[in-house]
Formats: sequence, C-alpha cells, structure tokens
Amino acid sequence: MDWINAIVQGTLLGGLYALFAAGLSLIFGVMRLVNIAHGDLIVLAAYLGLTLSTALGIHPLLALGLVVPIMALLGYALQRGILNHTLGDDILPPLLVTFGLSVILQNGLLEIYSADPQKLQAGAIETASLRLGELALGYLPLLMFAASVAIIAALQWMFYHTALGRAFRATSDRQDVAQLMGLNRAHVFGLAMALALAVTAVAGVFLGIRTSFDPSIGGGRLIFGFEAVIIGGLGNIWGTLAGGVILGIGQSLGAQINPGWQVLAGHLVFLAIIAIRPRGLFPRMDG
Amino acid sequence: MPMSEPILAISGLDAHYGDFQALFGVSLTVEPGEVLAIIGANGAGKSTLMRSICGLIRNAPGAIRFRGEAIGGLRADQVAARGIALVPEGRLLFASLSVEENLIIGGQMGRPGPWSLARIYELFPILRERRRVPATELSGGQQQMVAIGRALMANPGLLLLDEISLGLAPVVIKAIYEALPGIVGGGMAAVIVEQDIARALSVSARVYCLQEGHVALAGNSGDVTREAIAAAYFGM
Repeated sequence: MDWINAIVQGTLLGGLYALFAAGLSLIFGVMRLVNIAHGDLIVLAAYLGLTLSTALGIHPLLALGLVVPIMALLGYALQRGILNHTLGDDILPPLLVTFGLSVILQNGLLEIYSADPQKLQAGAIETASLRLGELALGYLPLLMFAASVAIIAALQWMFYHTALGRAFRATSDRQDVAQLMGLNRAHVFGLAMALALAVTAVAGVFLGIRTSFDPSIGGGRLIFGFEAVIIGGLGNIWGTLAGGVILGIGQSLGAQINPGWQVLAGHLVFLAIIAIRPRGLFPRMDG
Repeated sequence: MPMSEPILAISGLDAHYGDFQALFGVSLTVEPGEVLAIIGANGAGKSTLMRSICGLIRNAPGAIRFRGEAIGGLRADQVAARGIALVPEGRLLFASLSVEENLIIGGQMGRPGPWSLARIYELFPILRERRRVPATELSGGQQQMVAIGRALMANPGLLLLDEISLGLAPVVIKAIYEALPGIVGGGMAAVIVEQDIARALSVSARVYCLQEGHVALAGNSGDVTREAIAAAYFGM
C-alpha cells in the first residue's frame, strides 16, 4: 500500500513539475531560448503571491488573479526589453544573459525578503483530504494536479487551434519567412514569454503553497523543469506532463526507499531515460 | 503628360549581403499592374534585390519607395503589411503547419482584396484535397502552389516571385506558368526572377538584367535582342 501511495503522491507532484516544464518548453520551442532564470522566475512568482496575499489579506489561490497578469506583463517587457536583443545565430548570449538574470533575481529577492524560508498559507484546504480505502489524497495536491492538466491541455489547444498558436509554430519553423507573413518576430516572442511566465506564475504559487521556499531554490526547480522537458521529449506539450509525472514518481519512490534519496532518485530516472531514449520518450521537434 | 506613378521605385540602391556589397546603385521602377522580369547569372544580385524589396535586408529608407512611401528601412513585417508579398526561392513553407494553415497564415494580416482560401483552392484544386497534410509532405510542384497561394492570401499590390521554377519538372513549371496570367491580372503588379530567359521574356512586359550588382540592361521584353541579353548577362 505504501508503494501505491508513493506512486499516487508522485503523480500529483508531477503535475507541478509539468508546470515548471511547460514554460521552459514553450519558450524553447518558439524561440530556441534556454532560460536559465526560469527557476528563479518561479520563485519570484511565489514571493509575489506571498506579498500580495499578505498585503491584501487574500487567499494565495485568489492572489493568482494578480500574480498571473503581473508575471505575464513582466515576461513581455523582459522579452522586448532584454532577451530579444540576445537572440541570433549564436546561442551563447541568451544563456549568459539569462544566467545573469538568475543571479540578479536571487540577490534581489534575498535583499528584499531575506534568506528566511517562507510559505504561502492556504488554510484548512492544506490538510483536508479525500479517503480512498487506505489512500489519503489531499484536496490541495488533487486541485493542483487538475489545474496543471487543464493548463497543459489549454496550451496544447492554443498551440494547434488558434491564430496565436499558428504564429508561434510558424515563427518557430522559419523566423524570416514568418516576418514576410506580417508577423513581428519581437512581438511574437514577447507574447510567448508572457504566456510562459503566466504559466510560471501558477507554478510558483502552487510551489509556495506546497512547500516552504527561499531565494536560493530556483536552481533546483530549473533542473526539475529541464528534466521533465527532456524526459517528455522536446517540443511535445503533453510530453512535459508525462515527463513531470515520471520525474515525480521517481522521486517519491526514491523517498519511499530512503527519505534522503528523493532528489537523487529523480535524477537517476532522468539519466536512465536519456541513456535509453536520448531524444526523450515522445520527441516531436527536429534539431 | 507624365506616366502614372510607379507602384515601386528603386533608386540608387546599394545593398549588402553580410559584409559583401551585392548591389551597386540599382535603379528600377515597376508600373501598376505590370509584370517585370529580372534576369542575370548566379550571384548577380537578383535574390539580394528581392530580399531588399521585401525588407529582409534593410536599406536606406528612400532607396525603395512603394506607392510613394519610403520603405527601404522598414522591417519585413511592416513591408508585408503595406502589400508586398514574396514567394521565396526554395518555397520555404512552414513545416509544422498544414497546407491550409500555411495559406491562412499568409492572409493573417487581413488585407482586403480578391484572394481568399476558396479562390486559392479554385486556382489549385489539388490543394483543397490535400489541405490537412503537413505542407512539406507535398510534391515540389504542389509545395510551389502553396507558396504562391500563401503570398496571394496577403492580397498584395506587388507580388515578388523568386525562382519559382527552380527544382521543378518541366511539366510542373509549365502548369505553374499557365496559372500566372490568372494571378497577375486584376491590378496586381509582379516582379519575376527567373533563370529561364525565354520564359521570363514571354510572361513580362519589361526586363532588367543584373550583372555583378549593376543594372546591365533594361528594356521592353518584346524588343531586347538575344545579343543584348548575352552581352548584359555575361558582360561581354
């Protein structure tokens, strides 16, 4: 029973990892930008949720109504103001700039909020659970998982059934020809980053409700996001959900064996999958 | 009486391709509704000229005027919004998009005009049958139809056709050129870059020959002599 419980809890955790991964996957897919600051942006969203929910006295999930648009606007401004200027034939400048951004975000958060761990208080829902025989499923993890699946389904639908998604795919295929269609590349990239950070906002607030956080944990979240993207296969949005769930199950099974092995087990699962399927389980993108 | 205002006026265009100067003081005009042919050897600057007109290469603003407006310094998407569409050499379709999506994205600016999805399918019925297929899975000739349809969906005032017969079988080239009069009628001007000189002359009213980035010859397609073209082409 403990093992089944570990798999179920790991699956629910995987929904959160899929959200970490979805933003990364979207911006890499559209503009081939590897965003090293992604984890720190997740943490920034958690702190934004903290500040807004305490200042306004509202539930953190309600604060999402503000955190999501703020992060989306920040994403658009960041892309148009800084990141677009780093994109070109050379892949090094965006890596360096987002690495620098990561350092700035960490130190900025440290300066404002100190290194003390913080947590978003979600109230009674945090401890309420649904009993299924011997399994106890927390309402909050269930809600987060359902929200993650819904967000990924919405992203998938947007990508393949809307004009915006068409513009994303066309720009991803051939940036110069997309310009000939009247698409302003800088604007399309700005929208992609806005959407990615809107998803990141949800991920950050969920993270803050689930566990305590401090300014230094961004790097770890970035790695989990990367691993979920790679396990699922680059360019496949549903794949990020599969990747997140596999990583989550790997971690919780590791923790079941030995509580200290949680993170290590996740990395080992990632390595094993990369060894067998170097392009991930469900690759869609070439090159 | 002056002639009607040219739809496109290029004057003294110096264009660079990377560090390399590809065009030297090129001047030419395209009249409304006219089909203009541009010929020249490989490396003469034909593609650089096309890329300059559509904004993929930025130039001095006043060097290129479209309907009187200086567009030489605009981005490609701004030029496209003003009504210039390119059928690029090598077609360059969007591989992640279906045939129909490639056409729809060509019309995403919503410029009004005679061309619609239904009319493209009327012109190239095979595309309707294959509209759900990823565009790059089509045959070369069908891909060229998509590339032309994609450009037409923008309802351009000026259509640029860059080497549309390259890599296609002669029977397919013939079919595409037979569709051309139905395309460029109705007020749309066109500039055609073509390796096949006889074909270029037969579909155009006027012809320019480029040689090493200079205009070596300009004249009416019906009047230019074989000797003049040979001299302009090879610089002999």
